Amino acid sequence: MSKTSQVTELNSNPNVVLFLCRWCSGKGADLAGTSRLHYPTNVLPIMVNCSSRIDPQHVVEAFLEGADGVLITGCHFGDCHYKTGNYKTFRRMSLLSRLLKQVGVNPKRFRITWISATEGSKFAKITTEMVEDLKKLPPYGKNGKGGES
Amino acid sequence: MKKINLAIALGATCAGCDVAILDLNEKILEVFDLVEFKFWPTAMDFKLDDLEKLKDKEVDVGIYHGAIRTTEDVKIAKILRQKSKVVVAFGACANFGGIPSLANMPYEQNMFDLVYKDVPSMDNPENTVPLTSVKIDDVELTLPGILENADALEEIIDVDYFVPGCPPMVPLIEQVIEVLKVFAKKGELPPKGAVIAGTKTLCDECGRTKPEKISFKEFISPQEVEEMDPDLCLLPQGIICLGPATRAGCDGLCTKMNVGCRGCLGPTDKVKDHGLKMISAITSLLEVDEEEEMTEEQLDKIVEKIPDPLGTFYRFTYGKSLIYKLHSEEKVI
Repeated sequence: MSKTSQVTELNSNPNVVLFLCRWCSGKGADLAGTSRLHYPTNVLPIMVNCSSRIDPQHVVEAFLEGADGVLITGCHFGDCHYKTGNYKTFRRMSLLSRLLKQVGVNPKRFRITWISATEGSKFAKITTEMVEDLKKLPPYGKNGKGGES
Repeated sequence: MKKINLAIALGATCAGCDVAILDLNEKILEVFDLVEFKFWPTAMDFKLDDLEKLKDKEVDVGIYHGAIRTTEDVKIAKILRQKSKVVVAFGACANFGGIPSLANMPYEQNMFDLVYKDVPSMDNPENTVPLTSVKIDDVELTLPGILENADALEEIIDVDYFVPGCPPMVPLIEQVIEVLKVFAKKGELPPKGAVIAGTKTLCDECGRTKPEKISFKEFISPQEVEEMDPDLCLLPQGIICLGPATRAGCDGLCTKMNVGCRGCLGPTDKVKDHGLKMISAITSLLEVDEEEEMTEEQLDKIVEKIPDPLGTFYRFTYGKSLIYKLHSEEKVI
């Protein structure tokens, strides 16, 4: 059924669940910290051994539990500690993002990107970008209108 | 032996579940020995009044098939619950919302407009749409109202047992008969919430040989396959088969016929969301051999070959999936 969306107010304080892989993106996030780069405090980092450990169900549950966005990070292609984990992540999340589009989730809420251990500045840039994007959208999940539980 | 009072009610259904019961062939005679029908409008002359007139809890086992789509379905389901000691959700629609629940997908436009005016095959110059009440010569005719979403039976009433399948296959219905026999003889029933079907996944009972490493290049439709290996697992042949995530119990009915499993028995007990698990499984198998030489665009292209992930992976289970709860009012940008 069609539902007319009524944007009441924008989200000034979005929650972003951030998945990091232990070997590249996690180290990249550490580097951003030790280099004293600023990045938003809205991100909730969850470290997993490999980005391919992240099941689509984790992403959907994050949204249901009140996340306004989910950001998945992993090693660059060819750099995966487990050789091919990130290829699987990419295919999995690319199919999931198509599915989320079908149920009407704004594509800006779900991103996948590669961050290596030396890319602290990229980490700060991507998280800032994502939070800025979400600030232009209404709240989602528990806080907003979408999502039931 | 006292006969069991049985009622078979229906909601938004194609009545295929009724036909499935009749498909028992000579076994149906056993059913007639075992039960006394109190309500089965599809096969016998019963009206809803007949069910309403019964005393509360007079029906021992109430079977409901079909999704909850209209206000009438809600009414029938509630009456059935009131009159029955145990209620069984029968078939994929009553269990998970089934195919009718695919209409819950967020559309840009009103579902009624889409179905009655804008579908290319629709010729409706006078824009006639069904109304809940209309007056013709001072006589008011009414139709049940349509609900916003099509839901599983469990959303409306308390359900005791589940028999999935679209429709439930003969081996499953035979299992139900066994349960009824035990109930008639000893008065014993399985624990509440039991799913009368297999506990493992379809792969466990599918007779096809599974290679040690499954990898395939692209998704293809069964009719596009030039030469199909009748004994090899369907996934390495590029045919989408939901077997790895679907409950066993059908004895590989579709896979025997070289058709990939479509997932009508739903997920197993331990899985919350059928489609998400299948997405996770199927994308791990794509191009495993050559993935290291591929770029993001190339990988994306293979995934793109599934034009409708929601329809493919949630054909029967959308109404009871996690992703349905995500249901957003946002506009797709």
